[in-house]
Amino acid sequence: MIEFPIPEKNKRPLFALVDCNQFYVSCERVFQPYLEGKAVGVLSNNDGCLVALSPELKKLGVTRGMPAFKIKPLLKQHEIYLFSSNYTLYGDMSSRVMRVLSSFTSDIEIYSIDEAFLSFRGMENIDLIEYAQTIRQTVLKWTGIPVSIGIAPSKTLAKIANRVAKTYKGYNGVFNITDHPKTEKILSSIALEDVWGIGRKYSKKMKKIGLANAADLLYLENEWVKKNFTVVGLRTVLELKGYPCIELEQVTNNKKQIVSSRSFGKLCSNYEDIEQAMSYFCTTATERLRSQKSVARQLLVYVCTNPFRNDPQYANFMSGVLSDYSAYTPDFISLGKSMLKRIFKPNYLYKKCGIMISDIILEKNIQPNLFTLPYNEQSKSSIMQCIDTINTKYGTNKVFFASNGTKNNWSMKRDILSPQFTTCWAELPIAKD
Amino acid sequence: MYKIKPIKMAINNNSPWQMPFIGSLVPAGFPSPAQDYIEAVLDLNELLIQHPAATYFVRVEGYSMVDSGINPNDILIVDRSLEASDGKVIIAVLDGEFTVKRLHIDKNGNYFLVPENADYKPIKVTDEMGFSIWGVVTNVIHKL
Repeated sequence: MIEFPIPEKNKRPLFALVDCNQFYVSCERVFQPYLEGKAVGVLSNNDGCLVALSPELKKLGVTRGMPAFKIKPLLKQHEIYLFSSNYTLYGDMSSRVMRVLSSFTSDIEIYSIDEAFLSFRGMENIDLIEYAQTIRQTVLKWTGIPVSIGIAPSKTLAKIANRVAKTYKGYNGVFNITDHPKTEKILSSIALEDVWGIGRKYSKKMKKIGLANAADLLYLENEWVKKNFTVVGLRTVLELKGYPCIELEQVTNNKKQIVSSRSFGKLCSNYEDIEQAMSYFCTTATERLRSQKSVARQLLVYVCTNPFRNDPQYANFMSGVLSDYSAYTPDFISLGKSMLKRIFKPNYLYKKCGIMISDIILEKNIQPNLFTLPYNEQSKSSIMQCIDTINTKYGTNKVFFASNGTKNNWSMKRDILSPQFTTCWAELPIAKD
Repeated sequence: MYKIKPIKMAINNNSPWQMPFIGSLVPAGFPSPAQDYIEAVLDLNELLIQHPAATYFVRVEGYSMVDSGINPNDILIVDRSLEASDGKVIIAVLDGEFTVKRLHIDKNGNYFLVPENADYKPIKVTDEMGFSIWGVVTNVIHKL
């Protein structure tokens, strides 16, 4: 049996999970103050279903993931404001929130667009609740985004503490579960599938053997957990018991794969439309590739129809390799085209197309080759640099490849998009008389 | 003999407004003593923006602040991190909309939104107005 000594006070890790409250809705509200206190929802790509909703909208019986057409009848009876996903705005607001958080500590892991783990190690002597409140108020004042903070000796518990902070108004957005006498009671209110790290598969298996909630996991023998739920399950159980097993990940690794794909706004059967979409995906993916100063060699292209319809179904993919490492957009577009031509079948209604770039290495690590200059010494790389510079200065896609087309029949449906309040001079918020 | 050296805009940099600091004339034949310093640039962000994470731009509509040099279509630089005190020009939320006015707080703690144009009247803030302070205006960008 392995023993886990409890680290001495002040030496043990302490984590805070900062999570933005209904982040997408909050972003919309910062620049459209009339939405305060109103029922607000944000729709997913193609305006398909609800991805974020305000508490006021929840009260009307609407839930996350509900398809947009189901909400339509409610729109007539209630004052509801729906928006398409404005990723440019959410991305900018996210980086502002993270920047404010970074001013409190350099030990920060940006976990998602609206969540970050901070390390509070060595701070046990200060009033952590008060400190977290200062963080919370500063983020709100500086950015307009409300956040909740959960403090705990492990990341898994910090997630749960955050949930408590969000759920019970009395805590004013901050909850510290460290050495809390009611820890077990709190855990008993957390469903297994809501525990960080327990997937749907594990929670099903756990329920089958009679485990009901997070508190039940506290009494399991470590060895037994390891045998039945692997090391991954054991890690989660130990984290719940208060032994930190997952550290703060601060280094942002360069991506090993870059995926660019999207569902079409409407079904496509036309080869040209799909080729344009594929070409556009290659453009954005290679832009990302260049921004991390990398080159790549492998490209995968896939297409698929909509499995939720009764039409004939088809899905296929193909993968190919370039002769040399490159970040030159046309290299990927022409390889992609040759593969798309081979997997495309006419007379199907396609719903989605995508590409994935892999075998990525840093530009400076290219192995020299006798016959060709490495990518960064070719004129190709200066052409791309020039295009990137223009597009950064004058806006995305000001200069693009003709193969992307100009009609974009495939593009996303975003009918109720709010302005790019923070990233476009023509769409700034307006102050009236 | 002078050779014109093209001005290099530092657009690769994250900051969009950068201009070269040292002039563009370089005598041919002799290395300029200033050449080593050419990388230094004046950054408007540095001059105008103290807290980037808290700074937003807002466009002006209407004439209520013309006497303080805030004209229609101007762009205001707004810093949310600053405390709004008596005499500051602020962006306020009034009935769900943004407005720009000078804030006046009287001895009794009453708030007033004061326009700077004789044609407009000050607004006394009451509880029913849905009033909040959104940010403090630090600079105006006015095109001539």
